[in-house]
Amino acid sequence: MATLKIEKWERWFLYASVVVLVGFLVAILASIGEAGIHLPTDEGSLDPNTVAETPPFDNPGLRQTGDGTYEAVMVARTWQFTTGETDADGIPTITVPAGSTVTFIVTSGDVIHGLYIPRTDVNAMIIPGRVTKISQRFDEPGEYTFLCHEFCGLANEQIGHHSMYGKVVVQP
Amino acid sequence: MTTTARPPADLGTAEIAQKKWAKWQLYLGFVGFFLGLLMGLLQALDRMGFYLYKEAQLSSYYQGLTLHGVSMVFILTFAFGNAFLTLGVMRSLERPMASTMLVAASFWSAAIGVALAAWAILANQATVLYTMYSPLRPHVAFYVGAVLLVVSTWIVLLNQLLTLRAWRKDHPGEPIPLLAFVSVITYIMWFIASLGVAIEVLVFLIPWSLGLVENTDPLLNRTLFWFTGHPIVYFWLLPAYVSWYITVPKMVGGRLYSDGVVKGVFILFLLFSTPVGLHHQFTDPGVEEGLKLLHMLFTFAVFFPSLVTAFTLMAALEDGAKRNGGRGLVAWIKQLPWGNPSVVAQLFAMLGFVLGGVSGLINASATVNLVVHNTSFIPGHFHLTVGTAVALTIMGASYWLVPYLTGKKLCCRRLAVAQSWLWFGGVMLFSRGLMAAGIEGQPRRVPVGLMAYAEESWKLWDIVTGIGGTLMVTSGTIFFIVILGTLLRKKGSAGAVEFPIADTVYGPEQSPAILDRIGLWTAVSVVLILIAYVPVFISHAYNFTSPGFVRW
Ligand code: HEM
Ligand SMILES: [Cu+2]
Ligand SMILES: [Cu+2]
Repeated sequence: MATLKIEKWERWFLYASVVVLVGFLVAILASIGEAGIHLPTDEGSLDPNTVAETPPFDNPGLRQTGDGTYEAVMVARTWQFTTGETDADGIPTITVPAGSTVTFIVTSGDVIHGLYIPRTDVNAMIIPGRVTKISQRFDEPGEYTFLCHEFCGLANEQIGHHSMYGKVVVQP
Repeated sequence: MTTTARPPADLGTAEIAQKKWAKWQLYLGFVGFFLGLLMGLLQALDRMGFYLYKEAQLSSYYQGLTLHGVSMVFILTFAFGNAFLTLGVMRSLERPMASTMLVAASFWSAAIGVALAAWAILANQATVLYTMYSPLRPHVAFYVGAVLLVVSTWIVLLNQLLTLRAWRKDHPGEPIPLLAFVSVITYIMWFIASLGVAIEVLVFLIPWSLGLVENTDPLLNRTLFWFTGHPIVYFWLLPAYVSWYITVPKMVGGRLYSDGVVKGVFILFLLFSTPVGLHHQFTDPGVEEGLKLLHMLFTFAVFFPSLVTAFTLMAALEDGAKRNGGRGLVAWIKQLPWGNPSVVAQLFAMLGFVLGGVSGLINASATVNLVVHNTSFIPGHFHLTVGTAVALTIMGASYWLVPYLTGKKLCCRRLAVAQSWLWFGGVMLFSRGLMAAGIEGQPRRVPVGLMAYAEESWKLWDIVTGIGGTLMVTSGTIFFIVILGTLLRKKGSAGAVEFPIADTVYGPEQSPAILDRIGLWTAVSVVLILIAYVPVFISHAYNFTSPGFVRW
């Protein structure tokens, strides 16, 4: 029977390829197992048409759950987030002291949205009928924009997917 | 491009008719490319601060972006694959396809699909982007158009299999010629992969968009979409690989080392392209983290055949250059035929793919994905892969395919060579800008000119993106000038153009016979898909509660 013809250098290249890929794989698994960076997972389902009556989403807002830990319950709808709090310009906000860990608990009342805070690990989809849960620690005081990063339609040039955002205000 | 082929007079009527339909299929792809380029220009201008959608009679940026995505990655790529890998099977098995009617049917299915989808998008009835995430609900014509495009590819596969069967009957015990083998494997891989989106659209979305059922399950639809959505990138890419493996070595005067290794590479793509879809859903709620990591494992497996490809192709190029007098560790590169537009385009396509592949590894790394998911890093990545590796290969291949199919000599060769340089230079700026802005946090799928939260650090990169994109559009326009110039030439001016096929150092006779067991490999691929997806569909909490929304 014929055997596969592999050139000598190619063979070494293939070994190296396997080593590199396995190395990456181990590094990623370590970032999950050791550094504790987690992906969103299954948190149950609900009826998106009755979000306004379904706890905890019937009462969006920030709740302290422990020493320096908070839950931010939010609802995403075209084209705004409801966080239970807004600033003077009507932009939804979440205000916490520096050093807090915030667990965002979010669902959608209509179409798919996203929740993304640049330069953090908060990057998740918000899918109608599902609950997105994701935690982040905020050490540096300042304003962090959170925004919808999945296309969700538009009303006009001012209002739409491109205007759907809010702010996490981290106080010193 | 050798000119020693059989004169056209020798072609049977079936072959002549089939080549005609393949030619129209290719032109259909060009229509998609043209629409995509127009929208690309508007997107590039938006990055530079000119939001010109009203002026272009479009209702929104998103309408244009839907047209851009659909045109580029459903129309251009599908039509090219259909044409190229039908012709490839004919050339490789040295016989016409089993059915001329099926070649024509594939064209018509694609053409009607394009017409329906284009109508829905242009009438502003389907601003849902090419991912068509429910519960955004487009006009049913959009879904039907998408289905017909997919059906056109199934027809191609059917015809390929019938042709292969007839060939095997005439050549019992012979190994399958390489070009036919890789063409068929590509389409089998895609057929299995396409079942996800076929079920999504036919079973769930079409009845829902017609109002026959009221509610749908958006997460289920997403999972079905991405069942197809990763392997679809290989359906875009593999015709380019076929071109690189089979035609480019011939055009540079080199040889492929081993028939068996190439067959093995395509088998690995058949096995590992599909059981990886959750890597597009790393950030989805409702899907268990463990399953996402299983799919990541398979994703890393599918990088392997691309690494083999990198080596094998480089070796074939070096072989060609050295046989033409090149020497040295890298100096041989100068000896490649840099005056041949077909070759130059594909060399740049390969180079783009190296960068695209590396950025793909970043995306696939589950936790690193959190940094880049849905940022403009992602379009930065895939304009290197599908937007350059594939698109530039399609352009390069067209530089011999159009003469091959029309008998007209390629016009303006130097312009055609310049076109590739321009595209590559353009995409280097374009993707650099998108990637840098993405790492700084700029989301994708947002018009820069309208976004309410623009950051200072994105602005410079958006301009770089806009300039690079404009150069790419200019290059694409030059491509059309060259093709039109060619079509205006006299018939027969090209002489007889041959479909280039590389020789192998170790031919099919030396490959293990098990490689040719297409049925076996298909079965293994199904098993791997079951391992990857049965747990996903069992653990899925079925939740049909979403009515449709028209929000554009
Ligand atoms: C010719 C020059 C091109 C330009 C200037 C261009 C420009 C762009 C830009 C700026 C985006 C990002 C839009 C956003 O996220 O908001 C985009 C998206 C995209 N482009 Fe291109 N592009 C070009 C060519 C191509 C080619 C050749 C392909 C594929 C063959 C392609 C496929 C896509 C796809 C699939 C998307 C994603 C659409 C979506 O997010 O729904 N583009 N393009
Ligand atoms: Cu949104
Ligand atoms: Cu993928």
